Order: sequence, then C-alpha cells, then structure tokens
Amino acid sequence: MIIKTLSERFFATDRGSSIFFSLLLLVTVLVPTLNLATGEGSFLHIPNYSVALIGKYMCYAMLAIAVDLIWGYCGILSLGHTAFFALGGYAMGMYLMRQIGTRGVYADPILPDFMVFLNWKELPWFWHGMDHFWLAAIMIVLAPGLLAYVFGWFAFRSRVTGVYLSIITQALTYALLLAFFRNEMGFGGNNGLTDFKDILGFDLQAQSTRVALFIATAVALGLAYFTSRYVVRSRLGRVIEAVRDAESRTRFIGYKVESYKLWVWTFSAVLAGIAGALYVPQVGIINPGEFAPINSIEVVVWVAVGGRGTLYGAALGAVLVNYAKTYFTAALPEVWLYALGALFIGVTLFLPQGIVGLISQLARRRA
Amino acid sequence: MSMTSIGRLLSRGHYSAPPPLDLSHNIVLYLEGISVSFDGFKALNNLNLYIEAGELRCIIGPNGAGKTTMMDVITGKTRPDTGSAWFGQTIDLLALSEPEIAQAGIGRKFQKPTVFPNHTVFENLELALAGERSVWKVLFAKLSPSQIARIDQVLETVGLKDHRSTQAGSLSHGQKQWLEIGMMLVQEPKLMLVDEPVAGMTPQETEKTAELLVSLAGERSVVVVEHDMDFVRSIARTVTVLHEGSVLAEGSIDKVQNDPKVVEVYLGE
Ligand SMILES: Nc1ncnc2c1ncn2[C@@H]1O[C@H](COP(=O)(O)OP(=O)(O)O)[C@@H](O)[C@H]1O
Ligand SMILES: [Mg+2]
Repeated sequence: MIIKTLSERFFATDRGSSIFFSLLLLVTVLVPTLNLATGEGSFLHIPNYSVALIGKYMCYAMLAIAVDLIWGYCGILSLGHTAFFALGGYAMGMYLMRQIGTRGVYADPILPDFMVFLNWKELPWFWHGMDHFWLAAIMIVLAPGLLAYVFGWFAFRSRVTGVYLSIITQALTYALLLAFFRNEMGFGGNNGLTDFKDILGFDLQAQSTRVALFIATAVALGLAYFTSRYVVRSRLGRVIEAVRDAESRTRFIGYKVESYKLWVWTFSAVLAGIAGALYVPQVGIINPGEFAPINSIEVVVWVAVGGRGTLYGAALGAVLVNYAKTYFTAALPEVWLYALGALFIGVTLFLPQGIVGLISQLARRRA
Repeated sequence: MSMTSIGRLLSRGHYSAPPPLDLSHNIVLYLEGISVSFDGFKALNNLNLYIEAGELRCIIGPNGAGKTTMMDVITGKTRPDTGSAWFGQTIDLLALSEPEIAQAGIGRKFQKPTVFPNHTVFENLELALAGERSVWKVLFAKLSPSQIARIDQVLETVGLKDHRSTQAGSLSHGQKQWLEIGMMLVQEPKLMLVDEPVAGMTPQETEKTAELLVSLAGERSVVVVEHDMDFVRSIARTVTVLHEGSVLAEGSIDKVQNDPKVVEVYLGE
C-alpha cells in the first residue's frame, strides 16, 4: 500500500521519470553483476573499463541535470557549470591525495608529491584536515556552493541577465582555469591531482571498490534526480519557470526574483560539485583542464540534445552525446568538435525540444 | 559602478518587511511632485495625485500623457527623478523594490496583458495568490482547501472556470485580460492599478468588467486608466485628466468633460 502510494507519487506520474528510474535501476543491478559474476571470456562480461566509463556517464548525467535546472527551468544559460563540477572534483582529489601518504614517489607522509617537488616545507592551510573524509565531504558541497552563492548574489542582484550573464559564467570558469594552472595556487598546477591509491581505506584499483563507486554514483544520480524533480514540481519550481517566462511579471506579484535565482543557482552548483566528486575517483585524475570553457558549453549541448526542461532529457542527452564522443574521439578524433558544433546547430534549428521532445511528438501523432 | 547603484545593490540585500498599511487619514496613495524624464523628455512633470481609501478613480488622458509611467512609479518599476510616493501614512514606495511593493499590497494589471504562458490558468492564480513569498516556504508550500476554494471562486468571477487547466498562453486576448484581473484579485491588494482593462474586449465583456471594478472598490481602492469615455462614465465618480505628465483637471465626469482645457486637449489632437 505504502509502496504503491510512494511509487505513484514519485514514479508513475510521469512517463519519462518512470523510464529514467527503471533504466537506472536496471543499470545499477546489471552492470555490477555482469562485471563481477561473469568471467572475462563470457559473452555477457562487462569489463572494468566499461564499468568506469558508465560510471563517468552517470556523473555527466548528474551535471546535465544540474544545468537543466538552471537553464531549462529558470532560463539562465550557464556556460560555466563545469567550474562547480571541477571544484567538487578538486575537493575529492585533495582527500585522495592525502590518502597516498608514504606511498608517493617522494614518500613524504604529509606532503603530496607535487609539493615536495616544488620544495614546499609544509602543507598550505587549506589542505589541513583534508585527509578526513567528513571534511572533504563538506568541502565538496561548500566549495562550489559558496562560490555559486557569492557569484550569484552579485550577478542576480545587479540584474545581469541573458547573454551578459552567460559571458560572465564563461569568464568565471576561465579565471579558475588560469588560477588552477598556477603552481602557487597549491592544487598541483597543470598536472592536477592524480596517482590516487585508496578511498576510505579501500584500494581504488580493486574491482570491488570500482563497483562500489559505480553503485554510489548510481544512487547519487537517483537522489539528484529525485530531489531535482521534487524542486521543479513544487511551487518553487513553478515560480522559477515564471521567472524564465516573464521575469518582471513575477516581481509584480511579490516574488523576489533574485532570491529564487540564487537558490536554484546554488542548488544546481552543489549538484554539479557532487557529480565532480564522484567523477574523480573513477577517472583517477583531476586537472585544470576540467575548467576549460569548452567543457561547460558541451554540457549545454548535452542538455539541448536530450531536451531541456524535463530533467530526464538532460540525463539522456549526457549519455548519448558522451557515448558518441567516446566513439568519435577513438575513431575520428579530429571530427569530434565539428560534429559537436553541427549537432548543436542541428538541434537548435530542428529539434528545439531535443530528442525527448521529438519522441513525445511522435507518440502524440500516433495516438 | 556609481555609489548610488552600490547603495541600491546593498539596500536590496536586506529585506525588512514594510510596516502595515496605515489609512488613518483616509488616503491610500500620495504622489507629490513626481517627475520622470527619459532622455530629457518629461514623461511625468511635477505630478500630484491623491487617492482615497476605498475610492474608484479613473485616469484619462491622451496617448503619451504619462499614465503608464505613473503606474510604473507606483509599483517600483521606474524611479522618479524627484518627488515622493507614499502608500498610506507610513510606507515610502520609493524605498521599496517591486516585490516589496506588491507584498505591501499594491496589485497591478498591465496594459499589455502579461500572464505566465506555460502555466495553466489555475497555476497562474496559484502563483499570484496572497501568501508565502519566501523561497524555502514556497518550496514546501501546499494549497490549503480554502486557498483552492478561493482560486475557484475567482475563476468563476472572471469566467475562466472551464479553462482551469488550459495553458495560459493559448487563451484569447480578452481571456488573458480576465486572467490578469483574476491574478490581481487573488493577490488581495489594498490598491489595484488597472491599466486599460477593456482594450480588445467585446461590449458585453466591457460591461462585465465595469461591474466587477465597481464591486471591488470600497474594500480596496481601484485606479483605472482608460481611454473609452463611455466606460469611464459608467464607472467613475472622480476622474483625473493627465496631460503631458501632469494633472490637467480633476472632478466629476461632467465637470471635466466641460472643462475648456480638457476639451482643447482632446479636440486639439
Ligand atoms: N522607458 C521609456 N523610455 C523612453 N521613453 C518612454 C519610456 N516609457 C515611456 N516613455 C515615453 O513617455 C511618455 C509617456 O508614456 P506612457 O506613460 O506610456 O503614456 P500613456 O500610458 O499615458 O499612453 C511617452 O511619450 C512615451 O514615449
Ligand atoms: Mg499606457
């Protein structure tokens, strides 16, 4: 009874979400099972690298959902969301660096290798305590959240909107890119943070750890979707859509538009940060390249391709475009950027509602 | 960034609730010496206007007289260069932002109807409904049965009962006008500013609007901007004529219609 009400309340009310949750559940069960329970030679076997790859796609899906919240629902085109993703990733990376201890090349019990290499004698203040997972977990939320809050506070209160806002989000991520490239910043310069050994005491190379990370990512993605869906279906969700469609009208019925934008913006940045934190142990590295402005633009393309303003469309777009990217960058690396550009133009011109829009249109026509 | 814009930035940062509306002198709105200029052109020129509590006032005037600009000043959209604007005895409108003014109790229907096109008619009213406006509370807000009843009552009043679940964007022009009036109603404002409500309405709809506006005054004050003299005649007790940004004449409809200055302005154009 309770289960039925719960599932009706949260799953069965819209088609896209129930498909999303069903697929996510299927993947969460099937991928680890086929990875662990079948032998290498088996036809059904899913190799370790595929587990990591799908885990990575799920992190991207979460990032895409974050962008959809702010763009699809609130109408703010962020071209800097990977800044928050990367900050979450760096927070996780710092924790993982501190776990290496004496197993590093220089075997310094406290200082990560790159600091020894730079001849640093002691840990910068912001690295203190980052060997504790709980502190890292707080920083994963706090670093992107706080940056988004401060940035948004100024941007929204000065009523910067539209293209101007998109440009300053690009500037934000670009500034961070330059800053993190500098060795003096204390985040490993252009090499970033890597050579991780273990997480919470478990060997990162172990198959069981990788599967556990995979499941954790799936659960996080499910929760992210669930909370985002709660938000967009609440009255707050209707207010932010109202802001998207008629911002000044929303003010005249008494809503402080800036506060609403700031809330969704910060929430979205935190989601992006968590996605980044889960991404880093699975790919094994975080470097300033993650801040590259083009990455943020790619995320927007995923969301546009999947279909914005639906959440599941964003997730679908992230997986499809990245699958294509994995294929293209292996087969025809020089073509990828052109393909991405063509995809974006094509979708903007012919599929304003993205793939999910096309599917529901076809379904309606048949009915 | 100039000092004033920094000041404005910071002052928008803390939101203290405005004091409750004080109608002890029976005046709901004071506009005194208001001037607004756009690139040197004076849209409002030393405008003085007083609206009594419970009054239904019509503002007429040729195109470009400054009627919409006046509403923009009252609702915080445009800041005047000089003058003062008070809501009751205690609320300084020039110190408040648009949402604060709305929350203080001033509702507005725009000249060009603006509704939320991707929301249903019901959701448009839900958003406008008086009540919670702070982010966290709105996140968890649920409509109470009495709030739903209130929305349904207003749907009935504005004749959109059959369009409860229609997307507002697909309504006709006249229906959008009505929806916007409905949105203003559920806000439960103490002062309603209604900019050209009957533009694009059929004679029957116009008549219905007139009835509605008359019935609304009393408990609240209603300021209606309109061109249509027959409409004005059917509802107004006091009429204010605006011309070139200031008050040209004020009084009963017969008095202003026979005023030589008014005749000249209207016939001269
Ligand atoms: N934002 C603006 N920028 C420049 N001029 C404006 C602006 N708003 C209004 N005006 C001018 O101010 C005058 C008064 O306009 P308005 O208040 O809309 O008149 P009304 O509503 O009485 O027809 C008009 O001449 C109009 O062109
Ligand atoms: Mg006007």
